[in-house]
Amino acid sequence: MYTLETINANLFYGEKQALKDISIGIEHNTVTAFIGPSGCGKSTFLRCFNRMNDLIDNTRIEGSYLLDGIDIYGKEAEVYDLRKKVGMVFQKPNPFPKSIFENVVYGLKINGITDKNILEEKAETSLKNSALWEEVKDNLHKSALSLSGGQQQRLCIARTLAVEPTVVLMDEPASALDPISTAKIEDLIYELKTKFTIVIVTHNMQQAARVSDKTAFFYLGELVEYDETKKIFTNPEKERTQNYVTGRFG
Amino acid sequence: MTPYLTKIKSRDKAFRIVALCFTIFALSILLVLLVDIFWRGFGRLNWSFFANLPSRKPENSGILTAIAGMMSLLFFTIILALPIGILAGVYLQEYGHKSWYAKLVEINIANLAGVPSVIYGILGLQLFVRMAEMGNSLLAGAFTLALLILPIIIVSTREAIKAVPKTLREASYGMGATKWQTTRRVVIPSALGGILTGIILSISRAIGETAPLLVIGALVYVPFIPEGPNDQFTTLPIQVFNWVSRPQAGFIINAAAGIIILLLITFLLNGIAIYIRNKWYKKMRY
Repeated sequence: MYTLETINANLFYGEKQALKDISIGIEHNTVTAFIGPSGCGKSTFLRCFNRMNDLIDNTRIEGSYLLDGIDIYGKEAEVYDLRKKVGMVFQKPNPFPKSIFENVVYGLKINGITDKNILEEKAETSLKNSALWEEVKDNLHKSALSLSGGQQQRLCIARTLAVEPTVVLMDEPASALDPISTAKIEDLIYELKTKFTIVIVTHNMQQAARVSDKTAFFYLGELVEYDETKKIFTNPEKERTQNYVTGRFG
Repeated sequence: MTPYLTKIKSRDKAFRIVALCFTIFALSILLVLLVDIFWRGFGRLNWSFFANLPSRKPENSGILTAIAGMMSLLFFTIILALPIGILAGVYLQEYGHKSWYAKLVEINIANLAGVPSVIYGILGLQLFVRMAEMGNSLLAGAFTLALLILPIIIVSTREAIKAVPKTLREASYGMGATKWQTTRRVVIPSALGGILTGIILSISRAIGETAPLLVIGALVYVPFIPEGPNDQFTTLPIQVFNWVSRPQAGFIINAAAGIIILLLITFLLNGIAIYIRNKWYKKMRY
């Protein structure tokens, strides 16, 4: 069984169809990269998996979207539980204007956990998982906004990991960062895949090639090709994929 | 330099000079008023002026009852207006901002903010003084002023909440937070600086109001300090209004001194508002 799966997924913004008939299966504890030119629907598709598109007016979906075989848009489904299982890291680092500690434990607190020992323990684990612990352990009560952009993004990852999701969605997590911070995030993704299933949207072809096991190429709302990353970048089936990964368009 | 460039550059300079002249004109009128007030009233500012009750003799008159009345009035006004104003602002921006009735309410609130304050006085007179039978009490005044500053609090709360970036809300929703959790733990704390600024500005507006209080019957001569919400009261602007209408020269001096105090209080409140706003924005930097 796939961790994430869609069957004939369509999505409409009003009249406009943004996703066309997408079927994909994403395996447990792998890194999958979504690539494609701007506006191809890859971010929209990513946001379907934790129902962030629900927040946008006039969106309508069709088809099946499954997490561990269970329909996430079904009648029994609870969106708040879903988002705890399927965490998200956004393009621009978006820490809350609170302390580093308060940021990491936010997800735990909204789940009603108030025991100080548990919160401290989980904060430490998550910060270690996101490779930020050594840099902030003496300053946990300083404002998160005093961190650098790269540190802020790793804090956002720590915040997402703290609620122990099974899937982590990353929407261009390094596009606003400098090369050194980007390298740190990429190393982190590589380590995290032992514990989490990761889906990452990226505009950076090298990044997709470096971090992912499988790659999906989207174009104009359609899934053009989905295969092992190595195959997509060296010997894709479709000409359009070939043209995109070699930089001839996009 | 081409002739055309010379021409547009001299126009540029001319516009700057004209703008500067008008700025100086506006400021100098204000300056003349201020100098005149300070010239007349400064000598009257001594301890007895603050500590004395009103009197028939100008040199024995003080602003104690006016200050006490004003503070109690503000106290009740804030208690009444604050929770309603903030909750209404949060509702309109966070919950109802797409519905037609919220839009209708929004337009009406914007209009209310522009209604002359004496109209609020007439409304307060009928609604609170007569129908609710509060009489010429502190409470009736507080209800009337609360109505007057509600639109300001609502609008500034909405603006402050609107300025909270969408990415912060997304971060919260993305972790499974409900709307209320997001509003309480992320949106309102992030908007608090803006909300506070609006509250302080609305208080400084309330301090200067005279007309609605005169309409609802705040007394111009109250020889005692109000002890409860049902007591009669006077405020500093009303005291000043009373003094300037007296024929004796001594009362004109008292009025000038009263105006100085009023100006200082307003200045102080606005200064605090600006301080909080700057400090908050520096802390937030989102």
